[in-house]
Amino acid sequence: MNWTFFHKLGSPRWFYEISGKWLPWLAILAALLMAIGLIWGLMFTPPDYLQGNSYRIIFIHVPTAFLASAVYVMMACAGVVTLVWKMKLADMVLKCCAPIGASFCLMALVTGAIWGKPTWGTWWVWDARLTSMLILLFLYMGVIALRGAMRNTSTAAKACAILTLVGVINIPIIKFSVQWWNTLHQGATLKLTEKPSMAPEMLWPLLISIAAFYLFFTVVLILRLRTEILDRERRTKWVHKTVLAKLEN
Amino acid sequence: MSDTSLQGNQSLQGSRAFLGLVKRDLILAFRTPGQTLNPVAFYLMVASLFPLGIAPEKELLSQLAGGIVWIGALLAVLLSLDSLFRSDQEDGSLDQLLLSPHPLPLLVLAKISAHWLTTGVALIAMAPLLALMLHLPAQAFPALILSLLVGTPLMSLAGGIGAALTVRVQRGGILLTLLSLPLYIPVLIFGTGAVQTAVEGMSYSGHLLWMAALLMFGLCLAPLAIAASLRIVAD
Repeated sequence: MNWTFFHKLGSPRWFYEISGKWLPWLAILAALLMAIGLIWGLMFTPPDYLQGNSYRIIFIHVPTAFLASAVYVMMACAGVVTLVWKMKLADMVLKCCAPIGASFCLMALVTGAIWGKPTWGTWWVWDARLTSMLILLFLYMGVIALRGAMRNTSTAAKACAILTLVGVINIPIIKFSVQWWNTLHQGATLKLTEKPSMAPEMLWPLLISIAAFYLFFTVVLILRLRTEILDRERRTKWVHKTVLAKLEN
Repeated sequence: MSDTSLQGNQSLQGSRAFLGLVKRDLILAFRTPGQTLNPVAFYLMVASLFPLGIAPEKELLSQLAGGIVWIGALLAVLLSLDSLFRSDQEDGSLDQLLLSPHPLPLLVLAKISAHWLTTGVALIAMAPLLALMLHLPAQAFPALILSLLVGTPLMSLAGGIGAALTVRVQRGGILLTLLSLPLYIPVLIFGTGAVQTAVEGMSYSGHLLWMAALLMFGLCLAPLAIAASLRIVAD
């Protein structure tokens, strides 16, 4: 097998150049899917027989909650790559993911609270799923704070990688919290192995908005990564050239 | 370690280093009793603030007692963790540990054991007194002690990771709190769960088994993570 693509991925310069080409397409696709998913979901799906219109927040709540834990898992993978292969780009991914993941987590908690008020009659309950999501937010904040407290970049990179890997133990707790504890939060709506329990006219816009949020995450991550690359490589020639070329245009 | 021990059997040498380090830390702890007694005093004070802050009624307190004792223990462990590696870092003995020929995870486990023997055991010894003051029903006493017995070493292990990561950070105490608390929440949930089920008169072995499983997991992996963290921040 040819591993050059993997080694290339470790080069910030290569990533900066290739991501510049991907970015406009990804951004257009993300905006398009986001518009389709949200407009379809918020305006054209039928109201739920039980919850009426209030269930429509699912089209934001579920994608952000998905991403909140997916981004953490991605950070953990980046942490392994940082510790094992010492790729600079992996640490940049870890650093750039943390604030994005934290915002998704916060958004999932807020939309959940807004959804909880009409359906459960309360903004917040100490339910297993909600509490474990709150812990996830604390984990994100811990990683961000640890990064902020360390001046040396390479020490901070490895320390954050370890902390992320330690925290990953909470991800299965979040995932299975609705099965292990019999709590207020409903079980998983979408499962890979089973037929969805949702009506298809609600399921499709949900799937589209999940895809849209994933793309949105990718776009935001690439934007942050590009800034981070320029910042960390600011002493190299290619950055000087790139920035000068941008300024002349 | 003397020259003779360097020629000795590898595993014997490791266990001697382990016991030697535990002994050293215990002696240090007994010579400065403040460090050991402060968390215990803190524990007593936190627990006595709850009746003043919420309500001194017996029924209410007996419902809250398990949680209060557990949260007090959690905060006291957190308070004591800041000094786990910091004093060694300040007098240079942490660098000696990093340079020693013995496996670092083993030495870390020795330090964690000494930490648990000085704080965890003291907290467990205080717990019945607090439970009595807070009117915890008598049938829940064994559950409280057993859950603390499994939970406090787990808290020392998990918090050790945060302590190792923040040992060279100026005023790392508050950061240590932020890093360790998310790891403590599962312990807290199972610990208070065990006490609560015992109060209701049901079998609490499920909670204890979960905590024991977590403790085994922590015993295997936390020393490795702590050792790696110490090496990283030493660079």
